[in-house]
Amino acid sequence: MLFKRPPDYRSSEITPEALYLDRRKFIGIAAGVGAAATAAALAPALLGGRGGSTGARLAGGMGEQKPDKLTPYEDVTTYNNFYEFGTDKEDPAQNAHTLRPKPWSVLVDGEVARPATYQLEDFIKPSTIEERVYRLRCVEAWSMVIPWNGFPLANVIRRAQPTSKAKFVELTTLFDPKQMPGQRSGVLAWPYVEGLRMDEAMHPLTILATGLYGKTLPNQNGAPLRLVVPWKYGFKSVKSIVRIRLTERMPRTTWNESASNEYGFYANVNPEVDHPRWSQAKERRLGEFLRRDTLMFNGYGDQVASLYTGMDLRKNF
Amino acid sequence: MADPARSARGGPPKSESAPLPAPPRDHSHATRSLRPPRGWGAVGRGFAWSRVGKPLAVLLALVPVARLALGGVTDNLGANPIEALEHGTGLWTLRFLAITLAITPARKLTGWNWLAKYRRMLGLFTFFYATLHLLVYAGLDMTLDVGDIVEDVVKHPYVTLGMLGWLLLVPLAVTSTTAWIRRLGGRRWARLHRLAYVVAALGTIHFYWLVKKDVSEPLFYAGVFGVLLGYRALASVARRRRAARAVPAARAGDRVAAASG
Repeated sequence: MLFKRPPDYRSSEITPEALYLDRRKFIGIAAGVGAAATAAALAPALLGGRGGSTGARLAGGMGEQKPDKLTPYEDVTTYNNFYEFGTDKEDPAQNAHTLRPKPWSVLVDGEVARPATYQLEDFIKPSTIEERVYRLRCVEAWSMVIPWNGFPLANVIRRAQPTSKAKFVELTTLFDPKQMPGQRSGVLAWPYVEGLRMDEAMHPLTILATGLYGKTLPNQNGAPLRLVVPWKYGFKSVKSIVRIRLTERMPRTTWNESASNEYGFYANVNPEVDHPRWSQAKERRLGEFLRRDTLMFNGYGDQVASLYTGMDLRKNF
Repeated sequence: MADPARSARGGPPKSESAPLPAPPRDHSHATRSLRPPRGWGAVGRGFAWSRVGKPLAVLLALVPVARLALGGVTDNLGANPIEALEHGTGLWTLRFLAITLAITPARKLTGWNWLAKYRRMLGLFTFFYATLHLLVYAGLDMTLDVGDIVEDVVKHPYVTLGMLGWLLLVPLAVTSTTAWIRRLGGRRWARLHRLAYVVAALGTIHFYWLVKKDVSEPLFYAGVFGVLLGYRALASVARRRRAARAVPAARAGDRVAAASG
């Protein structure tokens, strides 16, 4: 059941109060809408969310960890992994000016009753843009806290009316070496593709971001539209999305394809399962000197652990 | 001491007590040069320069660490300064090792024998940057958590190799003095200092295993070290051939070749 146990963090510690209240409201609404509108197969986790009580439960957690402070805008926008613009952390901020996020269109297709290509404005319009403050944990053992602006991926999926065969969601980055010079190198198999299981994609924490810090998403952060899945390693959160495809089979995903022993499909943040070449037990929060202990599911276990009940997370890393 | 390297040096004994330092001369000759008598002239010409050149080289070699330190103090190392320091000192270790190993080929190709005077100093700067790298790793990145460091070294091969590389540099740094060259004899000293090639290989693999996907930079260093070691392999083969041909002509030459092998 969703939100059953108290979370590791007080949400009030993460999020400025006003935003936090918004988020509470949002989760309430999302959970309510989700429970009402979605088949149990699509979002079993949501059925447990009971609107108004959610916020109170979230606020009741005991925060053993130090509180989260927002990572400065400067750091969030100059320290990026976005190989389409180069493999150094500083490269995307320097090179991503070649990306043209306007006009932009998104194709939603696959196992859906209503496949369609949307202009970005029409794609976003039906949803309310919310602010979500999430921890971002990179597989390289560093982390940030980012105030995103976005809306649940679930909105998009529901609108497309998934067929009964829809088991996974595949999200694809733009492929255009003219705009993304890094794609001229063979460092990864382009275009970048990521995927989620349907219940992960429908989870209210999973959002499509259109901005951060209340501003339009900078190119280097994945303009104009990117995924954010806060309980998974950052590489799952695919950037500059042009296609969302629902599939019956587990999609191929870029990092998994590039080194399957190092990057799994699930890629849930898990301090107990090390990357073969480095430990995942701790992380460096940017701006902090001492490393922090990494939390199971990046601290979102209360909300998402139930998605993986009975799964061997060592095998399904 | 019946060290052939000594005889290869060829100078009269008083050269050791000459007022102006002999060590680089000793070193370059005992270990590398094939033509003892002619080499002297070139080294001698560069000598006056080295009075200015050495302090200048020291200053230049300290520029990278000064820039890193300044960046650290003024918060100009980007979003992850500890990582920037770690990578910066690591890269400069590889660069100094490459420069150090490039001295001999450069000297042979250009005839600028004065370069030899800078080789041990550059080698010591390699050790200096490697030690800074280790200190940043242990002190800043791992915040001196011994358990974590031990686990990291044991469990993660790229860390193991890096640590091994640093350990192998220690005897090279310790024996970098003229007294140690004398104590070991030029030939044995040179043999010991071939560990630098092993360190080059360890350092490159350490780097290669660290990067996530884009291995172009580690491969660049692999290429540089490949060329530098390849040059030595070819030079050694050529030397042996020449020595073999020279046997009937001059036995002394043979001994020199062996000493510099």
